[in-house]
Amino acid sequence: MPRKISLPFTNNTSMPQTDKGGERSSQSKGNRLSNFFSPSPRSSQQLSAQQALMAVHNGSTPSVTAPSLSLPTISLSTATAGEPNLDEPNTTLFQPPSSEEVSRKRRFDAQFGPLVHPSHRYVSKHHGEGLTAPVIDDPPYYFVLTTYISYLLLIALGHIRDFFGKRFSKKQMYNTLQAAGGYAPLTDDFDSFYVRRLKMRIDDCFARPIIGVPGRYMSLMDRVSDDFNASYRYTGTHTETLNVSSYNYLGFAQSEGPCADAVEECIRKYGVSFCSPRADAGTSDLVIEVEREIAAFVGKPAAMIFSMGFVTNASSFPALVSKGCLIISDELNHASIRIGARLSGAVIRSFRHNDMDDLESRLREAIAQGQPRTHRPWKKILVAVEGLYSMEGTMCDLPGILRLKEAYKFFLFVDEAHSVGALGPNGRGVCDYFGIDPARVDILMGTLTKSFGANGGYVAAEPHIIAKLKSTNASTLLGESPAPGVLMQIMASLKLITGELCPGQGEERLQRIAFNSRYLRLGLKRLGLIVYGHDDSPIIPVPLYHPGKMSAFSHEMLKRKISIVVVGYPATPLISSRARFCVSSAHNKDDMDRLLAACDEVGDILQLKFSTGIAGGQRIPEGVTPEDEAQWRKENGLERTFEAPRWPLEDVIAAGAVDCKSKLR
Amino acid sequence: MDFQEAQGRLLASFDEVSHVFHKVPGSAILSRYIQTSYQNDPVRSILEVFLVIFFIRYLLSPSYPTHGPNYVKLREEEIDELVQDWEPEPLVPRQTPFEEAEADKLPVIVGPTGPKSKLSNGKTVTNLASYNFYNFNANEQIKEKAIQTLRTYGVGPCGPPQFYGTQDVHMKTEADIAAYLGTQGCIVYAQAFSTISSVIPAFCKRGDIIIADKMVNYSIRKGLEISRSNIKWFNHNDMEDLERVMQKVVKEQAKKKLTRRFIVTEGLFEMVGDSVDLPKLVELKEKYKFRIVLDETWSFGVLGRTGRGLTEAQNVDSSQIDMIVGSLAGPLCAGGGFCCGTRDVVEHQRISAASYTFSAALPAMLAVTASETLNVLQSNPEILTQCRENIKTMRAQLDPRSDWVVCTSSPENPVMLLVLKPDVVRVRELTYEDQERILQECVEETLNNGVLVTRLKSLPTIQSIGAPRDETSNIQPALKVCITSGLSKKEIEKAGVVIRHAITKVMTRKPNRQASVA
Repeated sequence: MPRKISLPFTNNTSMPQTDKGGERSSQSKGNRLSNFFSPSPRSSQQLSAQQALMAVHNGSTPSVTAPSLSLPTISLSTATAGEPNLDEPNTTLFQPPSSEEVSRKRRFDAQFGPLVHPSHRYVSKHHGEGLTAPVIDDPPYYFVLTTYISYLLLIALGHIRDFFGKRFSKKQMYNTLQAAGGYAPLTDDFDSFYVRRLKMRIDDCFARPIIGVPGRYMSLMDRVSDDFNASYRYTGTHTETLNVSSYNYLGFAQSEGPCADAVEECIRKYGVSFCSPRADAGTSDLVIEVEREIAAFVGKPAAMIFSMGFVTNASSFPALVSKGCLIISDELNHASIRIGARLSGAVIRSFRHNDMDDLESRLREAIAQGQPRTHRPWKKILVAVEGLYSMEGTMCDLPGILRLKEAYKFFLFVDEAHSVGALGPNGRGVCDYFGIDPARVDILMGTLTKSFGANGGYVAAEPHIIAKLKSTNASTLLGESPAPGVLMQIMASLKLITGELCPGQGEERLQRIAFNSRYLRLGLKRLGLIVYGHDDSPIIPVPLYHPGKMSAFSHEMLKRKISIVVVGYPATPLISSRARFCVSSAHNKDDMDRLLAACDEVGDILQLKFSTGIAGGQRIPEGVTPEDEAQWRKENGLERTFEAPRWPLEDVIAAGAVDCKSKLR
Repeated sequence: MDFQEAQGRLLASFDEVSHVFHKVPGSAILSRYIQTSYQNDPVRSILEVFLVIFFIRYLLSPSYPTHGPNYVKLREEEIDELVQDWEPEPLVPRQTPFEEAEADKLPVIVGPTGPKSKLSNGKTVTNLASYNFYNFNANEQIKEKAIQTLRTYGVGPCGPPQFYGTQDVHMKTEADIAAYLGTQGCIVYAQAFSTISSVIPAFCKRGDIIIADKMVNYSIRKGLEISRSNIKWFNHNDMEDLERVMQKVVKEQAKKKLTRRFIVTEGLFEMVGDSVDLPKLVELKEKYKFRIVLDETWSFGVLGRTGRGLTEAQNVDSSQIDMIVGSLAGPLCAGGGFCCGTRDVVEHQRISAASYTFSAALPAMLAVTASETLNVLQSNPEILTQCRENIKTMRAQLDPRSDWVVCTSSPENPVMLLVLKPDVVRVRELTYEDQERILQECVEETLNNGVLVTRLKSLPTIQSIGAPRDETSNIQPALKVCITSGLSKKEIEKAGVVIRHAITKVMTRKPNRQASVA
């Protein structure tokens, strides 16, 4: 029973006792499912290695909030591969690892990189003062102008090709655009224009199929197209690339380790599926246990889970609001929120992204004017925001919204699809990050796909809300229940994060992603690239502007064996097509350096280095700390003079690891 | 002095402005135009100035009205007061007593689901509530395959299919299903329930016409709602009524621009359990140039010699159906849904179907399980025969023998829906709620005797239809009995007897009898 053994260590190592800490009584409660986490010899061996480590460091009582103190150096890689730790006295003679061990270690490292240095950790936490919107640096007008010209050219060319193609070409593609045999075309000419004429040109940058685990590295299936991306031919080979594209925030995409062991055991016991909706016979002891764990994790009294993240939103809104209610939604909210809102029958209005003044004026107008035409007061107002926006890398201004919530009495729905696990000192999302009591948010929703490496979504709220949702929510009554293997992955990863299982690992994961995010962001700024989003966000979008640069950037990165995501219109505004890096705990500093080196080279080739310095990244003289920078500028009259940051790569790498721990400039 | 200074400055600045003005290209033309147009007619010049001002104002004003026509302008203090006064309703209404009771009685299965399941109260019951028709969940070979996949692919794919979420196993599953059904292509979604809700709006847009059966399930209704198309209904499985509606549509649309037209129906109806006459449907479709969207969620893996669904059962070429939507989560014991069709149909969904584009891909192990179960089903069609034997056995126990209920499902449907006989409902004047309550009592009574069955959850569908309920849609509460091949004939017979007796017991109970008197 590893949990029993691990208990003495959990108290003095991992979780700092926050205000929510008291609610987590489940640690001491014996539970039936705990015996899942033991049986494989591999995990027990790993645990004993960690216990030894814990014993060595037991006296130091480290605190998570001060990463500069000497923390117990529990490296996931060393622990699992059973290598002797440097801190321990060597008791056995060196034996070269067998080839099997080497390949197993290589495989493990490809999914979760070893920590290069114990100092490469940081605690993701908001520091006091209100959340300011990140400074957006604008590109020179030349780039904006040429971007518009590129689109104009593409559109004009597309229309010319369509015009002649429809009249003279015999190609199949043109046939599907026109009515044939009495049937209207399946897709409108106009609707499909963007896809046919713009996206098709760069289609090979999307939906690249992969093999195996999307961990630290992932293997892409090589493909070539002989007909300009209309179809692909797979060559049968594959390329291993550095993965900065998956939402694998905490690195739980692994086929080895305690999570996978628990899942395997679970499939042996439960089978693959529950074959029934929750309301019929799909409710198992496992799902109830997982719901309890999630509720405790996010700090709400009750929670329910769904088998798909998209449906969580799409079916929760209709169960919460209806005709006569108002939904005020951030303009950049995810499609699932928009579809859910539309299905609910409530009136939908949107406010400018993260703009609290705009939200306030909308609220005042809504309450004062009441429902359109009738002027009756709204039954209720629900404000829907996301914790972390996946295309912008910005966080919601939760303190600001809560201030308004007190005055205007609306209900608050926070979609933590990207933020749960990825933000906060304990990985519990935006509330944790800002140090806000989750009870102040009415509904916390999130997905289990991303940080937990599983699938599905959850909604956490007060027990009476959850009870009502369970009996009225269509996807609980009619949709399939989550698969047992998926549930066990959620449970195991949650226990790892909280430190109930393999204490120290969860904490390491949380602090590594925070470090990696800040390190990469600072590095990119210093290289001279423009980056969007807040400092602690693990999503780092780099605007490319030109449509042509999307595919060029993607291909150049692929040449350097790095897979990234590029996004363009309609997911972003027309001119700010972007590349997006998703940082993970599975990366280490070496991976970030490799990415920075690639960005440095590609940035030069594609002319991407045009930041002006207003968003940071400039050099400040010796003796001036980032915190005093504003003061120093004031004293020297430098408030409006910015020097474009163009650091050489060596300097970026040399200074980054230390500098990223103070205020990002 | 001051005045002179000011005058000097004014002159200087005027000079400067005129200098700048002359520097602007085209300024000479403008000044010449003003000089010639002035012609000692100041009124005309003033008018022109007004016109210019109006033009600029018109350009700068927003092109849409910023407020509705009955916008009431209020002072800030008034708004503050209104904000103070406004009291919202609670976020959710209270649970109704019926919902509460139902939630309390919800069976919780401990351990794996199977023909015999252990409940949290310690009892082991015969499970006739899961869609585990062929008991694939207990198949060791399938489990082993899932574990192998887990050890190669992990659990979640950590991303949407368009951003590196597509794994080679997904492509294989898609190819397997397409080959199995004999269509050009296939696309796999991460959840079966939301598949059709996403497929319909991917193709049907504003202005298109959809004709749907009145008894279609909740997911289809939501899909229709999102699509914003023009929706017409036809009476359940009434091909003549369908033809009438189609003729009407063709007549109405004759003069207009050709729009897309669809028929949406189900292979086996979730709400009724019967199936559609596909050959007739195809005939009508060809005649009036409609496309068919067929929801085979409940018939895929069930009907036909090898479980290929309604097309196989009624000998229709699958290429004649434009979109076949099915589930991998029910009898196949995996997860996710799919849509089959031509290559164009499939590729279009990859970018325009919301629940494919905006959601993470299906976990690899579920995709592999689906492939594996399809393979088992294809190579051992006798599994299906065994299940059908069990259905016959159960039917013999219930349909002709019970005085109270009648089975509306088609004879090969393992989901047997038992509704109260029309006479009983009429004589006792049972409302929808009464029937729900009676059937819930039947479920509880059956469970007390060691057999787990469930009720058809039709409430969300009823609610989504809206307040003025269409009488002809006539959704009836039903008892749901799901047959599995994992039980022997004897066990099925025994379970059938238990269910029949439970129904009789509930129907002859005092309060229920009194309902008839009152």
